[in-house]
Amino acid sequence: MAKDLHSELRTKEAWNASIAFSVVILLLFAFAFDPSSDQIREFGSGLLWMTYAFAGALVLNRSFARELQNDCLDALIASPVSSPALFVGKALANFAMLFAVELFSLPVFGLFYNTWPPRFAPLFLVMVLGTWALTIIGTLFSALTVNLRLRELMLPTLVYPMMIPVLIAAMTVTTNILAGTAMGFGVRFLVAFDIIFTTLAVVFVDTVLVG
Amino acid sequence: MREKIIIGLAVFAGALLAWNMNTIFTKLPDELNQGAIYRIIYFHVPANILGMSGFGLGMLFSIGYLVTKDLRYDALAASVTEVSLVFASIGLATGSIWARIIWGVWWAWDYRLTSWLVCWLIFGGYLMLRRAVDEPNQRARFAAVVSILGSVNAYISYKSIEWWTTQHPQPVLSIRNGGGMAAGMEAPIWWNVLALACFSIILVMVRMRQESFAREIDTLRRMAHAQ
Repeated sequence: MAKDLHSELRTKEAWNASIAFSVVILLLFAFAFDPSSDQIREFGSGLLWMTYAFAGALVLNRSFARELQNDCLDALIASPVSSPALFVGKALANFAMLFAVELFSLPVFGLFYNTWPPRFAPLFLVMVLGTWALTIIGTLFSALTVNLRLRELMLPTLVYPMMIPVLIAAMTVTTNILAGTAMGFGVRFLVAFDIIFTTLAVVFVDTVLVG
Repeated sequence: MREKIIIGLAVFAGALLAWNMNTIFTKLPDELNQGAIYRIIYFHVPANILGMSGFGLGMLFSIGYLVTKDLRYDALAASVTEVSLVFASIGLATGSIWARIIWGVWWAWDYRLTSWLVCWLIFGGYLMLRRAVDEPNQRARFAAVVSILGSVNAYISYKSIEWWTTQHPQPVLSIRNGGGMAAGMEAPIWWNVLALACFSIILVMVRMRQESFAREIDTLRRMAHAQ
């Protein structure tokens, strides 16, 4: 994890692209919808999570692909570190990066759309749960597609459908938070999803990376 | 032997389907509220039952492959998933036609419809992934992982009409404590499930033969390259 964060902090490749991308998306959405209307509380969460999902894809796509240069991935697999440990390290690094992008784009969203949640604690909770789910799916599929010849095409085809249930749950909860009402069933769904998919990913990462 | 089983199954399934169609279209009365269109349930529900259970069966074969590393399990998983995807498409299409008549719209974004569409996309991705990987063992491993992850979503879709209030009707079949249909009206659904299940077994058998030919050709090609 430290290695990934270190190399990312040094190059800032994914970070810069992802931040720039999220600001551009938020800017474009302002022209697609009327940002001053009252309805912004209803569809604001959708905009926010779509921004996170697409910005996240930029971070996650590079997670394993960056190890391809100089056969670093083979070296990592051959090293005494177990595949699940390698995977969890990568996932934690991705989570930290994606969460940082989200923390940056949240005030941008609030500023552009003049929408602030009444309380921040529940919003951070759903951001942590939702982001972890996106990260775990994204990192696993990044590992799965890393050696494919159609990597750039296969990754979004596989990842986005898997992310849809998470995004729907996260959007519903965020809409409730922005409206100041109870968070609802979505939180339980996110917790269950996180637990199930983290377990599955840790179990299958060895199959995916080593065989 | 395989030929005989296929022909036998086809004759049985064809006769069963014809007899059942006769019951559905000529013997059963129209439904009180929906009129004649309700009959689409005799295709919509069996297609989705086979699609959903097929994805689950594909997951079991995928686990079978991961445990045994026997490529025949992978071929079975691929064939079953492919046939299930066809049934899932029929389920989505018939549901959409029914919705246009009863709800007035082709599509509604409730949990059942959305989760089932997500499943359809995931398993469509599964088949695309299989085409993107050349090495058979690697292909089998990757496909197995996607099949297992995708089946979690198939289960969410199965349970969605119980967990959430959906625009999609709640369970009507007696095995899910629905009990919303008269026994005489429910029985043809199960006969159609049986007939279509026989057809899917035929399709899987044909597909399995293609897979084994493909493996043979692949081996020969490798041998030719090696020389």
